Amino acid sequence: MTTWAARPVDLVALVGRAALSLVASLGRFGTFFASAVAYAVTPPFKMRQLVGRIHFIGYNSLVIIVLTGAFTGMVLGLQVFITLSRFGSEAFLGPAVALSLIRELGPVLAALMVTGRAGSALTAEIGIMRITEQIDALTVMALNPFRYLVVPSIVAGIITFPLMTSIFDVVGIFGGYLVGVKLLGLSQGTYFGEMKSFVDLGDVTTGVWKSLSFGVLVTWVCTYKGYHVGHGAEGVARATTQAVVLCSVLILVWDYFLGSVLK
Amino acid sequence: MIRVENLRKSFGGQPVLKGVNLEVNRGEIMIVIGQSGGGKTVLLKHLLGLLRADAGRIVVAGVDITELRGEALDAVRRRYGVVFQGGALFDSMSVFDNVAFPLRERTALGRAEIAERANAKLEQVGLGGMGEKNPAEISGGMRKRVAIARALVTEPEIVFFDEPTTGLDPVLVNTIHGLIVDLHAKFAFTAVMVSHEIPEIFKIAQKVAMLYDGRIVEAGPAEAIQNSPNPVIQQFIRGDPEGPIHLR
Ligand SMILES: Nc1ncnc2c1ncn2[C@@H]1O[C@H](COP(=O)(O)OP(=O)(O)O)[C@@H](O)[C@H]1O
Ligand SMILES: [Mg+2]
Repeated sequence: MTTWAARPVDLVALVGRAALSLVASLGRFGTFFASAVAYAVTPPFKMRQLVGRIHFIGYNSLVIIVLTGAFTGMVLGLQVFITLSRFGSEAFLGPAVALSLIRELGPVLAALMVTGRAGSALTAEIGIMRITEQIDALTVMALNPFRYLVVPSIVAGIITFPLMTSIFDVVGIFGGYLVGVKLLGLSQGTYFGEMKSFVDLGDVTTGVWKSLSFGVLVTWVCTYKGYHVGHGAEGVARATTQAVVLCSVLILVWDYFLGSVLK
Repeated sequence: MIRVENLRKSFGGQPVLKGVNLEVNRGEIMIVIGQSGGGKTVLLKHLLGLLRADAGRIVVAGVDITELRGEALDAVRRRYGVVFQGGALFDSMSVFDNVAFPLRERTALGRAEIAERANAKLEQVGLGGMGEKNPAEISGGMRKRVAIARALVTEPEIVFFDEPTTGLDPVLVNTIHGLIVDLHAKFAFTAVMVSHEIPEIFKIAQKVAMLYDGRIVEAGPAEAIQNSPNPVIQQFIRGDPEGPIHLR
């Protein structure tokens, strides 16, 4: 600190350099996505790779989605029931659980779980392909690595995230039902009936928009981090950690932003 | 077929190539020797269009590829076959799929024809019947041979080999060299190969070039290099720790 105080010019230079490198990496990040979009909308499309990626991201995350969805719903059922019973309005347990899941928790938690399960693996796989020259091998075969690796992953994210989220929601609502109805004695008609009258299409659309954008966000960050990995095993390890941390933060930030825009 | 003129490349201010000049004629096997970390892979990556030169020119089959990108560069690359230093096999695919991949993705051949050609190539590198294995399950020597099969399956005009035998036992080294010579006799490709196998390479190369201190110190017919009076070359091929070569 004393050295900075002594040479304020150095501090300015330091901040300037940091800002420049931030802008440069944001630029790379943006260009990466722009190329992915450009290749995504022009043939040839790599269907075989796309199917592989859907399996990789979706199917592989299924167990963890069902598990976390069930427990999230059960926790919600319990906590919300306790809260509502203080106001004597346990009857609204159904809509409360459903709304929290559909608007907020489903998209966010499903995205976080898929990031941990498949996003990290995506970064590691592409990163290893980079450091073992498999990406170079594709390039010199005159085959575009974006078409084979990046585009299928992002499209698979767009397809699987809403599906994973709906599974999370449905399982979660069922978990809330188990606790609220089977354990705490609410009537089944109340739980589901009130849900129908309080949850509207707008809530569902909000959830779908969120999960769609998380699908893009997570696969974009994870493929980018893998594609621009550093050197060696350490580089892959660092890229994987960075991808998961960055995805998690961006998911929450973007969720708040969308939440305020989509009312 | 390939001409490199005054090629320069630095990484972060550290010069690696300081003006490389090299000429490879059609149909010959050119072997580049030189110290580890001396920039041989960097030189190859320029020929492949994977790295951009700071200065100089690279001409392949009459096309200046120095600044080429996109489809124009891919058109040149379709004439290439490349064996990377580590093999660079796709580990998400079986051995057979690795070899069949360039045919599937780049040609309009039917399923049966692709299978026939891929299996024939595997047969030629002595790996017939190994197609169902995964790259992770086979030995280093087998991986290199699969990489050779994959590079040659499209019958390319120009083949690049980056240390295809490093780390293999002497029998396997000679087996792979024999394989390359046989395939060269059959398909008459032009080859640029990076290798440390001294003296074996002098038996298979038409031309040898030595990269030292960022430049080609001498290039010429194999015997001429073997008998070169240049002390750098003599030290290198004798593996003498004493001499003009400084470690880097
Ligand atoms: N992409 C890169 N970024 C920075 N330095 C590199 C890069 N590629 C190679 N180098 C450096 O260039 C030098 C030559 O490397 P290389 O061509 O791999 O040597 P070799 O002759 O053993 O194949 C090494 O010092 C290496 O660290
Ligand atoms: Mg090398």
